[in-house]
Amino acid sequence: MSKRIEVNDLNVYYSKFLAVEDVTLTIEPRTVTAFIGPSGCGKSTFLRTLNRMHEVIPGARVEGEVLIDGNNLYGPGVDPVLVRRQVGMVFQRPNPFPTMSIGDNVLAGVKLNNTRMSKSDSDDLIERSLRGANLWNEVKDRLNQPGSGLSGGQQQRLCIARAIAVQPDVLLMDEPCSALDPISTLAIEDLIEELKNEYTIVIVTHNMQQASRVSDRTAFFNIAGTGKPGKLIEYNDTTTIFSNPSVQATEDYVSGRFG
Amino acid sequence: MSTTLTAAPITNSLTAGMLPRRASLWLLLTSFAVTGAFFGVLFAAGITNDFNIVGTVFFGVLLFCLLIWSVSRAVEGSRKAKDRLVTALVALAFTIALLPLISVTFTTIVNGLPRFDMEFFTHSMRNVVGPGGGALHAITGTLLITGAAALISVPIGLLTAIYLVEYGRGSLARGITFFVDVMTGIPSIVAGLFAFALFALITNDPGIRFGIGGAVALSVLMIPVVVRSSEEMLKLVPNELREAAFALGVPKWLTVLKVVLPTSIAGIITGIMLSIARVIGETAPLLIIAGFTSSMNYDLFSERMMTLPVFVYTQYMNQGSDMQAYIDRAWAGALTLILIVALLNIIARLIAKFFTPKIAR
Repeated sequence: MSKRIEVNDLNVYYSKFLAVEDVTLTIEPRTVTAFIGPSGCGKSTFLRTLNRMHEVIPGARVEGEVLIDGNNLYGPGVDPVLVRRQVGMVFQRPNPFPTMSIGDNVLAGVKLNNTRMSKSDSDDLIERSLRGANLWNEVKDRLNQPGSGLSGGQQQRLCIARAIAVQPDVLLMDEPCSALDPISTLAIEDLIEELKNEYTIVIVTHNMQQASRVSDRTAFFNIAGTGKPGKLIEYNDTTTIFSNPSVQATEDYVSGRFG
Repeated sequence: MSTTLTAAPITNSLTAGMLPRRASLWLLLTSFAVTGAFFGVLFAAGITNDFNIVGTVFFGVLLFCLLIWSVSRAVEGSRKAKDRLVTALVALAFTIALLPLISVTFTTIVNGLPRFDMEFFTHSMRNVVGPGGGALHAITGTLLITGAAALISVPIGLLTAIYLVEYGRGSLARGITFFVDVMTGIPSIVAGLFAFALFALITNDPGIRFGIGGAVALSVLMIPVVVRSSEEMLKLVPNELREAAFALGVPKWLTVLKVVLPTSIAGIITGIMLSIARVIGETAPLLIIAGFTSSMNYDLFSERMMTLPVFVYTQYMNQGSDMQAYIDRAWAGALTLILIVALLNIIARLIAKFFTPKIAR
């Protein structure tokens, strides 16, 4: 259920502007990898290239390769829709579908793809996914009510349940806690810890304590200045990055000397 | 060393002159009383035939603007006076906008009610000269032609809007947007001539008159309105929802069909209803291509078909010996048309209310 991601010499462009330059890294299965770095350094852009979501933005394109268990995402004939079914994504702001109930939101990946499913199967899937996202006990009595009635933290966990309901191999999280309070953040961090047993997780965060709490490995991105491309500065075990980084810029950033 | 202790006057440096709380309301009523009296005297002296309500209201509000400004300037100072004046001007603009509307509605109701009876809705004008008769043929014609126009325009307009918002990039999308803008400005008579020319050429009949031609002419006018309003509604759907669906591995067309459209359906339906209301009152194109008749015709594809605006027009233009009967029927037709449009608007509101996604925030 979880896969290794290898990125080789990846450049990301928005039209002519080089946003992320020359990233090479390997993400092991069943680990949590955190991307940290100042705003605008290309963390989210790079994360979105891991399931080809950057293509939603007009003019965005990629050079280089991203291999998931040896399959190049950018090879000829690759269907981005199939890629995204294997690599799920959770966004910065919780975005449940406003027209659907809580239960339908969990089933969205199945229902929107016109897949037929028996009532018992779908009930199973709803319960399994909501339990997986630690939300079942809070919403089991109101599965038919709209998802927008939940609190922000619950909505974000609903989005995680929706993402894991399609059973992806990899789960990308783009600052999943930045719009949440500390209690909800804690709930999501606990959840990431559990999900790690089944999924490869990549998380972008601005909160360095969060990176040190949840991740096994950390990648530090930085830019030399505005208008310059973002680069991967250092990628290592989280403990090394936070206690004994090999690059001065990383040490400055994690110790709060800038950024 | 002697110091004189004088008691400080109990004033607050922050106070200023202030009009009493209801001052503006009283001034407005005073203005109405003055102008009302003026027009009342004109009416009593026989200079005007009726008591001039519109004049009373308009000049009353105008007088109020002057009164409130001068009174406030004397009591409260120039800054407050400006504030009061601008508030009064806004009220004046509102009154100017509303007066014709209320006046038209009022006149139509007063003049239309005498013939707004059962016979009007159960009879056509076949073999009717003089009093009696009704507009059933025109009502069915209007509903049939407008319905057919909606059937033509809604799919074309909605699909165009979806293309422009979800898929269109580059010169083709820019070109479509440009031509939709141009189409918005087409005079309705040109649409009628277009439909007439089209069908006259196709059928090789220079005297062609039938309902579907009217529907085509109306849809020429309706499509740009549908495109514009649907486009705005689709743009309002947050991109986050599209991204959420893409991230679940949903293809684009299913995302549009099952996420974007349901989220914006209320606004789209409201826009469609308003575009129907926009074309249902068109007279000129229908006069050309649908023609007029005094008989029932349920067949869109053959023979002339009456519509309500054309009914009003012909009743007024071709008055028979009993002129009052014709004019009464014209007003009743106009009232029916206004009611149909009002009904469509109410339906649009209800649809918008029931279909809007419930957002608790």
